[in-house]
Amino acid sequence: MTREEWTALCDAAPVLVDGAWGTQLQARGLPPGEGSDRWNDTHPDDVKEVAASYVNAGSRIILTNTFGANRIMLDGHGQGARAAEINRLGAALSRAAAGDRALVFGSMGPCGKMLMMGDVEEDALWAAFTEQAAALQAGGADGLVIETMAALDEAVLAVKAALTTGLPVVASMVYDSGADKDRTMMGVTPEQAAEALVAAGAWGIGANCGQGPEGFIPICERYRQACDVPIWMKPNAGLPVMVDGQATYEMTPPEFADIALRLRDAGATFIGGCCGTSPAFISALAGRLQ
Amino acid sequence: MAKIDEIYEGVCKGNRKLVAEQVQAYVDNDGDVVELLNDTMIPAMRDIGDKFSRNEVYVPEMLIAARAMQAGLDIIEPLLAAKGHKARARVAVGTVKGDLHDIGKNLVVMMLKGAGYEVIDLGVDCPVEKYEEAVKEGAQVLCLSALLTTTMPYMKEVADHFKGRDDVKILIGGAPVTKEYANEIGAHGYGSDANDAVRALENILNAA
Repeated sequence: MTREEWTALCDAAPVLVDGAWGTQLQARGLPPGEGSDRWNDTHPDDVKEVAASYVNAGSRIILTNTFGANRIMLDGHGQGARAAEINRLGAALSRAAAGDRALVFGSMGPCGKMLMMGDVEEDALWAAFTEQAAALQAGGADGLVIETMAALDEAVLAVKAALTTGLPVVASMVYDSGADKDRTMMGVTPEQAAEALVAAGAWGIGANCGQGPEGFIPICERYRQACDVPIWMKPNAGLPVMVDGQATYEMTPPEFADIALRLRDAGATFIGGCCGTSPAFISALAGRLQ
Repeated sequence: MAKIDEIYEGVCKGNRKLVAEQVQAYVDNDGDVVELLNDTMIPAMRDIGDKFSRNEVYVPEMLIAARAMQAGLDIIEPLLAAKGHKARARVAVGTVKGDLHDIGKNLVVMMLKGAGYEVIDLGVDCPVEKYEEAVKEGAQVLCLSALLTTTMPYMKEVADHFKGRDDVKILIGGAPVTKEYANEIGAHGYGSDANDAVRALENILNAA
């Protein structure tokens, strides 16, 4: 995607993104607690079905089933050596489901270790993220989204690694801490994130997961004040409550759509959902936008 | 003995080098290491933990404080052992089966060590058997962590396994975990964050 194409895409704001993948795959039999990324290889039809369900619901950008597919995370499952293959397959599955109806952004999540504590070396992290980004591009991704980041050092490194592909790169943080839930676990504020991520070269910045849509509105407004790159917002469907030992999100698609729509007025370019959302949530949002 | 301000501040500010130097100097001067631990080092970690709970500092500040604390503990631990000083209790901490997340678990380990407990770190992806082994090694309280809503139900399996065993207490925590859930599965305590885990552990031990 060229800069011109990116600008044209953003001019059509709000652009609908997809919703949660993990719960959709679990509904198709993914065992709880098992990493979903390997399903790109073992259950490709199920993965493609989830991707297609979001295209059909009205998503103009869908992501890929590769959130935990960096080499460092996969090493935890003894699958690190297969990182490139799993990412390429994931991008290809979303690509096939999207056809010419939607764009595909490759999902890149955190490595699960802390740079500041020396639990992972910068070189190893750089290698893992550049490998993942290149494989997502090879599989047909139109862009990359670095998601659910709590640490700014890791997010900045991931942005720079992803930019080596030449693809558009969005960087999205998770705000779930502090009295007002406007800090990441590592204490990062929206202003600090905006400054560092834009300086690192991110084409867009965002927030995902961590809380329901209400809390995303002030975060979006603060991003808008802090910078002028497009903003990406993917809230959860509220917070889960446990019902009969199962995590359940009680917010309904219409309730979610009503609040998420206010993100448009707060300056969001891209709107989708994270944990607890489903194609029904995206459909509801698409209906409101018409 | 009152607290030693320089070491106290060094731990709070996460100044590992200063803490190591000052603790070494204190030891070289035949200072009482039990007093140092109880009157200066543990209160310093409690201070930073309380600031964390009040959202005045965040995880990075707590991590560097814990690292400075550990630098001091590394020096005094052999001396404490030689004096026959016993930790307040032996506890085990592990992320439950199916869950590979260790950041929250590591924070709890650090805070419990910082509060003067002997901690067995069971790592991630722990099946019931692993907790059972920890009990055999003398763990009085099992601390269970989970980050995922999908792995959290395993906490109930662990709690059920130890049901009726008065010598084993269960403390749970993690992003999706709630006090209500802890009550529901019969856990003995719930920590809303790594600092709160220390308070919850103290409640369990005081009640025992």
